[in-house]
Amino acid sequence: MQHVMFFLFAIITLGAAIMVVTTRNLLRSALWLILVFFGIAGIFVLLNAEFLAVVQILVYVGAIATLIIFAVMLTRQVMDPKQPRFNDQARVVAGFATLLFVVLAVIVTRVAWPVAIGAAPVDAIQQLGMDFVGPYAVPFEVASVLLVVAMIGAIIIAREHE
Amino acid sequence: MVPLWYYLVLAAALFCIGAFGALARKNAVGVLMGVELMLNAVNINLVAFWRYTTAAQLTGQLFAVFVITVAAAEAAVGLALFIAIYRQRNTVNVEEFDTMKG
Repeated sequence: MQHVMFFLFAIITLGAAIMVVTTRNLLRSALWLILVFFGIAGIFVLLNAEFLAVVQILVYVGAIATLIIFAVMLTRQVMDPKQPRFNDQARVVAGFATLLFVVLAVIVTRVAWPVAIGAAPVDAIQQLGMDFVGPYAVPFEVASVLLVVAMIGAIIIAREHE
Repeated sequence: MVPLWYYLVLAAALFCIGAFGALARKNAVGVLMGVELMLNAVNINLVAFWRYTTAAQLTGQLFAVFVITVAAAEAAVGLALFIAIYRQRNTVNVEEFDTMKG
């Protein structure tokens, strides 16, 4: 059962990812990206990370994908069918990406990972919350500062200058 | 359970697809989508290693949350940049972003 679900989510994720990078119409590309995010959320559920699955859908589908669709719509000419979608180095890049995948796949299948599957914690979300205000309080605060800085920066950069 | 390397191969494939998109796309928003795919591949790796090695501690999930935070910040600033550049130059083709070329 786990195998079937894994392959289902993996095929959804990878198929949609290939569509994201090859579709000519960027708006469709963004919609495929949403499917990728849903597939990854499914993978997280399979890995017993339910909280992350929900965060994935909320942040990526709810915020980032919406932002990308806004950007696609605000920058016109992007759907001009005469414009080539790839630059001149696309063939070389495709070759190197395939090479990188082969190397990575060989490495991760050859290495004997020190796997020790324990039971997933039942109160994972509670523990996650405790960790964020306990041992990881400083990174958590830094992340919130980063978000504020990014928000202010984005507003200043995108503002209309008189 | 599914062996660990299934997840690692999936993440590697997603990372390579994202890298291709980031390096080969002409449109800047397409480049950003490729970067998002790469960040998601990293998250799959983090969560898979967490589940298969130290499931009692939640370090892997915590890292993934921080990666998602940084990805959100990066998307916001990146898209604001593209809109600002589009206003000035009327294009989002990365090959025409050459004002800083010496």
